Amino acid sequence: MNRKQFIKTVIGATIGLSSAFAMTTQAADTIKVGILHSLSGTMAISETALKNTALMTIEEINANGGLLGKQLEPVVVDPASNWPLFAEKARQLITQDEVDVVFGCWTSVSRKSVLPVFEELNSLLFYPVQYEGEELSQNVFYTGAAPNQQAIPAVEYLMSEEGGAAKRWYLLGTDYVYPRTTNKILRAFLISKGVAESDIEEVYTPFGHSDYQTIVANIKKFSAGGKTAVVSTINGDSNVPFYKELGNAGLKATDVPVVAFSVGEEELRGIDTKPLLGHLAAWNYFMSVKGKQNKAFTKMYKVWAKKNGVPNLDTVVTNDPMEATYVGIKMWAQAVEQAGTADVDAVRDAMGGQTFKSPSGFTLTMDATNHHLHKPVMIGEILPNGQFQVVWRTKGPIRAQPWSPFIAGNEGKQGL
Amino acid sequence: MFKNKRNVLLLILSCFVLAFPVIGKALDRADISGLASDTAMERLRAIEKIAAIGDPDALRLLEALQNSEVMITDAGQIVLENEEWDVIDAITLEVLDPQPDMYDTVIVNNRMRSQLDSAIGVLQLLSEDREIRLTSAKSLQDNLLPSLLSILNKALAKETDQEIIRILKESQSVILLNAADKQQRMEAVNYLMSSSERRVRELLAAKLERNEFGVYTEESAEVRVAIESAVAAIDRKLTFIDYFGRLFSGLSLGSILLLAAMGLAITYGLLGVINLAHGEMMMIGAYATYVTQQLFVSYLPNYFDLYVLAAIPIAFLCSAVIGVILERTVIRWLYGRPLETLLATWGISLFLIQSVRQIFGAQNVEVSNPNWLSGGVEVWNVVMPFNRIAIIVFAVLVLIGIWLLISQTRLGLFIRSVTQNRSMAACVGVNTAKIDMLAFGLGSGIAGLAGVALSQIGNVGPDLGQAYIIDSFMVVVLGGVGQLAGTVYAALGLGAFSKLIEPGVGAVLTKIIILVFIIAVIQKRPQGLFALKGRFVED
Repeated sequence: MNRKQFIKTVIGATIGLSSAFAMTTQAADTIKVGILHSLSGTMAISETALKNTALMTIEEINANGGLLGKQLEPVVVDPASNWPLFAEKARQLITQDEVDVVFGCWTSVSRKSVLPVFEELNSLLFYPVQYEGEELSQNVFYTGAAPNQQAIPAVEYLMSEEGGAAKRWYLLGTDYVYPRTTNKILRAFLISKGVAESDIEEVYTPFGHSDYQTIVANIKKFSAGGKTAVVSTINGDSNVPFYKELGNAGLKATDVPVVAFSVGEEELRGIDTKPLLGHLAAWNYFMSVKGKQNKAFTKMYKVWAKKNGVPNLDTVVTNDPMEATYVGIKMWAQAVEQAGTADVDAVRDAMGGQTFKSPSGFTLTMDATNHHLHKPVMIGEILPNGQFQVVWRTKGPIRAQPWSPFIAGNEGKQGL
Repeated sequence: MFKNKRNVLLLILSCFVLAFPVIGKALDRADISGLASDTAMERLRAIEKIAAIGDPDALRLLEALQNSEVMITDAGQIVLENEEWDVIDAITLEVLDPQPDMYDTVIVNNRMRSQLDSAIGVLQLLSEDREIRLTSAKSLQDNLLPSLLSILNKALAKETDQEIIRILKESQSVILLNAADKQQRMEAVNYLMSSSERRVRELLAAKLERNEFGVYTEESAEVRVAIESAVAAIDRKLTFIDYFGRLFSGLSLGSILLLAAMGLAITYGLLGVINLAHGEMMMIGAYATYVTQQLFVSYLPNYFDLYVLAAIPIAFLCSAVIGVILERTVIRWLYGRPLETLLATWGISLFLIQSVRQIFGAQNVEVSNPNWLSGGVEVWNVVMPFNRIAIIVFAVLVLIGIWLLISQTRLGLFIRSVTQNRSMAACVGVNTAKIDMLAFGLGSGIAGLAGVALSQIGNVGPDLGQAYIIDSFMVVVLGGVGQLAGTVYAALGLGAFSKLIEPGVGAVLTKIIILVFIIAVIQKRPQGLFALKGRFVED
């Protein structure tokens, strides 16, 4: 074999091989789905479960034959609780991995950081966590609650006779955008209901605050002036020392109920919940909800956790953002089937008006105008076993108001 | 335990049957049917009805409701479970035949629970058992209606226990504040003057307000003067209580800072190693506590309450061994190169965090307080949680231990000598490498002890150490490098200072003020507040 021949053969073989490769990739063509959740750093505690849920849902869809005859291929990246890294990883998912959709983010600040990337590259993000509203994007679908689907009904409940008829309000939060905005809305709402300024106290703690002695003492002091309720927007694992202090100080839910917006089943796993009996949380789903859908959902997660060796798997729980992740992926899958393609613009059009019978037992609808889900609101009280007992719920799903009427300047946006 | 509780309950009930005269009619199905309702207000009304009947059956049902033991079948029958887990009728207590397939707990929310508390409180105010009477008297305080006056009078006439008499008299006086008779109101005010409850103060102060027509809520000027002096008297007490509370919180925070910083005072202060993995040593200590707890749950469930004590040596050993390994493999090659040490230990800290995350998961793990560390004791209206008291005591013991070790033992002598003059110590035959290793192990072990303490008040998760590393360095730097006493002063000082200003300025600003304060101090005294005087060998 001379040199020329050799080169020819090599080129020929290369072409042959690469076309064979192209054939195989063609045959195994997949729809790529990005998963953008922190698997390390402070937010790992909450976001790891969402990554698990997303993988589980994708497996479920694949087991049922995939979408449009193709399998879904999850691409998991770890933005490590680092907000700028979220934007970088999002760009990598869209441009390099060429995913058709991304499911991810937890904190509002991470969502704000990826938003320009999704808008620039015209891709889709499904955001599964309750948030402060004041945002709308063509490129985001919000499957968590807006303030009128969580915060305001919770406060209304505590004001009502059956909720304890609270007169004084202690708004306690971690110092960042979500608690500050939520409390701004709540303050305006309370004042519109005739609560005096002197009956509202707004207090913030730094991220990761762990010494709640003074705050609990102040709550006690404040509550001497009348029936008091605490509205907690404390985020992440600061909740554990707060509730421990509350329990040790003997402040029971019958004296001063605490309603939390960021405490779910997952957060309670790290706490001895016996002293917390009766404290509340407002969500759109609880693991304790009864019904076929939820039974199937919790069972599926337990089985998945066992199969994949999730740590502490005897105590795995499901929670609201997990349900929202599940609903988001299933709805996106429905929209893809309906559109006949995973193309961003077609899917976006198909998403509006999609309905899905969710684990919460209600049929949820994706709003075509504001990209938020219509969701039911539930208020649960903590039970000694770390689960919630639903003590109040709306009759049906309610429409999200991302632009709260209680913030000045939003008057013209109420149609959204 | 469950059965025991039941038995106690039965005992109480039998006492009760003897003590309480049966009034009115017996409990019937119509009274309790409201419990099956979907709306909370209906259920609330049912509780009122049951409470109004007030016989032992009613009390039993109310207590079952309080414990969420009352259930409703799909046929709408209100049922309970007996000790064999058979479903029984709530009134007749007869075992249902056939047993229902589906039954659900009657939902009891907060509002109902507080209603139950006071209803049971009223029914048990005449109980034989002192503890029960005490809880009843306390539960009535929150919900004082004028209609309670007669039962309070009746209870007061029979009561012999001083503490309960005080509570009952206070409740009685609060009701009598609205009495028609001026003399009664006057007496009530005079009695309430001795109270130290903020609630009472607010009630009294409300009497001094005027309505929209300018008329005082309390019409008699004489009584108003008395109320004013009563409010002033209570205010004085409350101010004292307030500062006492802050002092305790400060001491508690100080003891936690001290525990966190003591290990660092040895590794950084004495050896001069900037150990950014110090926080992870605490984290390992906390996880060691968790593992000990799990072992006790599995193998020694009867001795569960003692697991914390067993965790102390285990956590010390775990952290110390890992510390020694680190010292031998990484840090000893980097002595005298602070920047590289800093980077290397930071890397180690990331490595340890991620390893723990791989082994135990990203979620926090539950470390529950044993019974003797749950709850608290009330001194002058300030609740001192047992876990915080225990940590203060623990910090003092650890401090004494370290002090004895450093000042009284041969190892301590060597550590001091190496700290003061490494080469001279080496010259006289001290094996400095070995001392470095042991001292580093000791510092790490103490961090492990801090981890045991922290597991009792906060989160146990992979990031636990991150929250404390800055604070620890602050304490050591402020206190002055190279000695323990400075660390003690700095920890307690910082704790007390931040708790003193926190109620005024809020938690966020407190943190900022503390940092500014430390920067200012270091500008002025780079060697720290309490640095050693005299000749010092600089490396």
